[in-house]
Amino acid sequence: MLEVRSLTKSFGGLAAIDQVSIDVGANEVVALIGPNGAGKTTLFSCIAGFTRPDAGSVLFLGRDVTGLPPHRICAKGIARTFQITQPFARLSVLENVMIGAYHTTRVRREAEAQAIDVVHQLGLSRQLDMRADALTLAGCKRLELARALATRPKLLLLDEVMAGLNPIEVEDIVREVRRVHEGGVAILLIEHVMQAVVSLAARVYVLSNGHIIANGSPEQVATDPVVVEAYLGHGAAARLTRASADA
Amino acid sequence: MTWARTILIGCGVLALIAYPWVFSSNYASNVGFLVLFAAYLGQTWNIAGGFAGQTSFGHVVFFGTGAYVSTILQATYGVNPWLAWPFAALAGAFVGWLIGVLGYRAGLKGSYFALITLAVAEVGRIVANSVPITKGGLGILLRADPRPSNFQFTDPVWFYYLALALCLSSMLIAWRLKRTRFGARLAAIRENEDAAQALGIDSFREKVKCLALSGGLCGAGGTVYVQKYLYIDPSIAFGVDKSVEMLLVTMIGGAGTVAGPLIGSGVLHLVGEVTRDLGGMLPGIGNAEPLSIIVYGAVLIAIVAWLPDGLIGLFSKRGGKARHA
Repeated sequence: MLEVRSLTKSFGGLAAIDQVSIDVGANEVVALIGPNGAGKTTLFSCIAGFTRPDAGSVLFLGRDVTGLPPHRICAKGIARTFQITQPFARLSVLENVMIGAYHTTRVRREAEAQAIDVVHQLGLSRQLDMRADALTLAGCKRLELARALATRPKLLLLDEVMAGLNPIEVEDIVREVRRVHEGGVAILLIEHVMQAVVSLAARVYVLSNGHIIANGSPEQVATDPVVVEAYLGHGAAARLTRASADA
Repeated sequence: MTWARTILIGCGVLALIAYPWVFSSNYASNVGFLVLFAAYLGQTWNIAGGFAGQTSFGHVVFFGTGAYVSTILQATYGVNPWLAWPFAALAGAFVGWLIGVLGYRAGLKGSYFALITLAVAEVGRIVANSVPITKGGLGILLRADPRPSNFQFTDPVWFYYLALALCLSSMLIAWRLKRTRFGARLAAIRENEDAAQALGIDSFREKVKCLALSGGLCGAGGTVYVQKYLYIDPSIAFGVDKSVEMLLVTMIGGAGTVAGPLIGSGVLHLVGEVTRDLGGMLPGIGNAEPLSIIVYGAVLIAIVAWLPDGLIGLFSKRGGKARHA
């Protein structure tokens, strides 16, 4: 469904992502993990059209969408959320979600009905008329998800929708994301919360210093020495193995 | 709630229609005209500045362009003013479109955009001062020929009603804007342009459309002004004070609201009238003009500090404190 090929983006000589290739199949949940500064958000930004890549290509449903502006990417069926939530602060929750719903219809009543559906689905019904800037962080994250969903995407890019939430809230969001996936939406998520990655993703890519260094099931990558070193430093994998052998 | 609101709106409209009968002097009609006309221009500013967050310091450029287009068509080419009127609107819309395309293409936002509009208005003033078609700094005097078919009326009450019709129509447009996709998209762009784009909004296109709409309505206002005063010169047409007035009435009343500009205009003119009468009485401030400017300034500072949603924020649930929550 999504094919990213040799995508490269540099900022002032520093390659944020370098020759990155990833795939997301139809109806698949794929996670993208990696240490801070690995280039995960840059990769997202390039896919979603907010950053123009220097080289490489992004194919969606077989069509080249590289470098299209964000609204065109959205029209193709890719919706994203932001790591730092970007609510329409002085609009109500319903109005926020309606902006997403207006993507599929120009009729107000339809947009409203559709938005209420999504709001209900994500458990925000009680906050329907609340202003977005009055929401808690967990509420904001849900709102991000709701707005993106209201555009009826085929592929959802989730940028750390669980960061900063407590374990119970994470469980809730994981459940929502799973339900979205069961509704036939493919998902690519950036996530640090391993609890979420393990329970959602069938496949994980590990990005470090702009390169994909591993790719496989969550269990596979978690024990991959290259990944362990990327997170914990050079020689860490060897020390860990020694430590567990001693124990 | 909605019933109370409908009745309130109905009473308000009736009061505005009845006003010239209650206060039948020419003076009262003229003041009424000024209030409604400023409210109309404020509303055109509000469509861009309030609804879409595209703050402009040079909205007068649309007014001035419209004013000159219909006046030149009339004075130089003998076109009937009623016929020239739509061309004023078109010219205003075109200037809005042009500023939008150039400014937004260059990625100008916030105060940069505001400064560009200010500069464009200043360019308008300089051009109007120097090209022969506008008769330069002399200005253009329309020949007085008061016939309704000539868009001139002897009784100022007709201009009052014209301004009332314009003001109410602009409010209707603003009200419609609040409940259509276009308006929702403008609000999204105002609140967070990145998020708006991520949700499929072509923010460039919507902003240009919005500025063209605002400019067109503002340009139509230019014609009305010249028809009433029969004179236009570069500093009336492109002077910064009119831009400031449009912005001021809207901010005071409540930017992004339907009634804001009308309320703001009413209050501002009331304050202006009171201070003018008071001016002579206060020692040390002999001339009334500076006093009213001082009071304007104080009112504006007070509004920005305590009522960021304008006077209307006092009455709405969502206003005032919630902003900082």
